[in-house]
Amino acid sequence: MSKGKVIDSFEKAIDDIHDGATIIVGGFGLCGIPEKAILALRDKGVKDLTIVSNNCGVDDWGLGLLLANKQIKKMISSYVGENKIFERQFLSGELEVELVPQGTLAERIRAGGAGIPAFYTATGVGTPIAEGKELKEFDGKTYLLEKAIVGDFALVKAWKGDWLGNLVYDKTARNFNPLAAMAGKVTIAEVEEIVGAGELNPDHIHTPSIYVQRVLAGELYEKRIERRTVIQA
Amino acid sequence: MDVRHKIIRRAVQEIEDGMNVNLGIGMPTLLANEIPPEYSVLLQSENGLLGIGPYPDEEHVDPDLINAGKETVTAVQGASYFDSAESFAMIRGGHIDLAILGGMEVSEKGDLANWMIPGKMIKGMGGAMDLVNGAKRVVVIMEHVNKYGESKIKKDCTLPLTGQKVVHRLITDLAVFDFNEEGMVLTELQEGTTIKEVQEKTEAGFSVSPQLMSNQQ
Repeated sequence: MSKGKVIDSFEKAIDDIHDGATIIVGGFGLCGIPEKAILALRDKGVKDLTIVSNNCGVDDWGLGLLLANKQIKKMISSYVGENKIFERQFLSGELEVELVPQGTLAERIRAGGAGIPAFYTATGVGTPIAEGKELKEFDGKTYLLEKAIVGDFALVKAWKGDWLGNLVYDKTARNFNPLAAMAGKVTIAEVEEIVGAGELNPDHIHTPSIYVQRVLAGELYEKRIERRTVIQA
Repeated sequence: MDVRHKIIRRAVQEIEDGMNVNLGIGMPTLLANEIPPEYSVLLQSENGLLGIGPYPDEEHVDPDLINAGKETVTAVQGASYFDSAESFAMIRGGHIDLAILGGMEVSEKGDLANWMIPGKMIKGMGGAMDLVNGAKRVVVIMEHVNKYGESKIKKDCTLPLTGQKVVHRLITDLAVFDFNEEGMVLTELQEGTTIKEVQEKTEAGFSVSPQLMSNQQ
C-alpha cells in the first residue's frame, strides 16, 4: 500500500503557499498549534498573509514568529492580548485586525468547511461587532448575519494521523483544529505519530481523511506552555 | 473582609448542585475553589473541556490540557473534550446553565461592557459575547465602584458593549441586583451596607425589592 498523503518534509508540505494567501491555523493560545509548519512558513518567508486563528502566539513562538518577520498583513482572531509585537504593528497601522467573537469565529470556519455561506447568531447584537451587518428577527429575538470563512490553506496539528490523513487529537489540543481542517482548500496536517491506514479505530477518528490533503510527522514537539499553573505540594 | 472575598462568597451561592457552569477569566475563576465538594457541578472551558479539575501537580502538567485562560489544568472524572464549534454550540444553544463573568460596567437595563476601553490596546472579546447571549443565566460579578470611587453601575454604559440586556443578576461588594421587565432591582445588601450607601454609590436608577425594604425596617 502506498503511503497515501504522506509528505516527507515541511518544506515540501508548504511549498505552494504563496504571498497573499489566506491560511486558517488551528490552536488555542499555544495549545495544539502546528508549530513545525509555522517554522517552515517563517523560513520560506512568504508575505502579505491573512491568518485566521483564535490567537496570534507570543512574541517568540507560534504565529508570533510570522509577525516578528512581518509576514502577516491581516489577522482574524478573537483574542490577541498576549503579544507585544502585535500591539506595535497594529498601532503603527502595519497590521490589519478583524476581531471576531470566539464562538462566531469557530462557527464561521465550520460553516466554510460545511458549505454554508452565512448564518445568523445573537452574538454581538447591540455591540460594535454588529456594525454593517444585516439584522433579522426570529421569534421575537434579533440576530445578525455572519459570513463563512474559507482558507486557501489550513495548517492543523493532531496527536496521531494515518497515511490517508485521518486524525486524532489529544485533550484540549483539539480546539480549532478540526474546523480549520474542514475549511482549508488545501489542508496540511502535522502529527506527533504517523501510522498505517487501518491502525486507527474508525470510531475514534476526529477528522476524517477527506478533509486532509497532506500529512506529515514532526519531531520533538516543544509544546510551550503559556501559563504553567500548579497546585502547591 | 476584602472586597473580592465578599463578592466571591456571595457569588458561589449562585451555583447549584448538578449545574453545567462557565466561569470567566479572572475573579470568576476563583469561584471554582469555593464550590461545595459534595456538589456534582461540571465547569465548562470554551477551548473544549466540560469538567475542569484542579490545577495539576508538577508531575501531571500537560501542555495539551489547558483552560480558556491558558492555564494548565486537569480534567475531572466524567469530563469530555470537544472542538471549539461544539463548545460554542453548547454555549449558543442554551445548554450552559450559568455563566459568571467579570464586568467593567453594567447599565440599569442589564447591558454589560467588559471587553474594551477606547484608546487602549484592544485585546479582543474572546468568548464573552457568545456566553452572555447563549447561557441560560448570566451573573456578573464586579466591584461596585472603580479606583476613583466612581460607580461602575451606569444609566448607560460608556464603554462599548459586550451584550445588550443580557445580565440577569449583578453581585458587587455592596449589593445584589436583579434585572427584570421593570428594570434594575436591589434585592440584597452585603454585610455592613445600607440602602442609603448603595444609593449614593450607584449612578444607575433602581428600585428596592419590597422584601428587602421590610427587612430593613
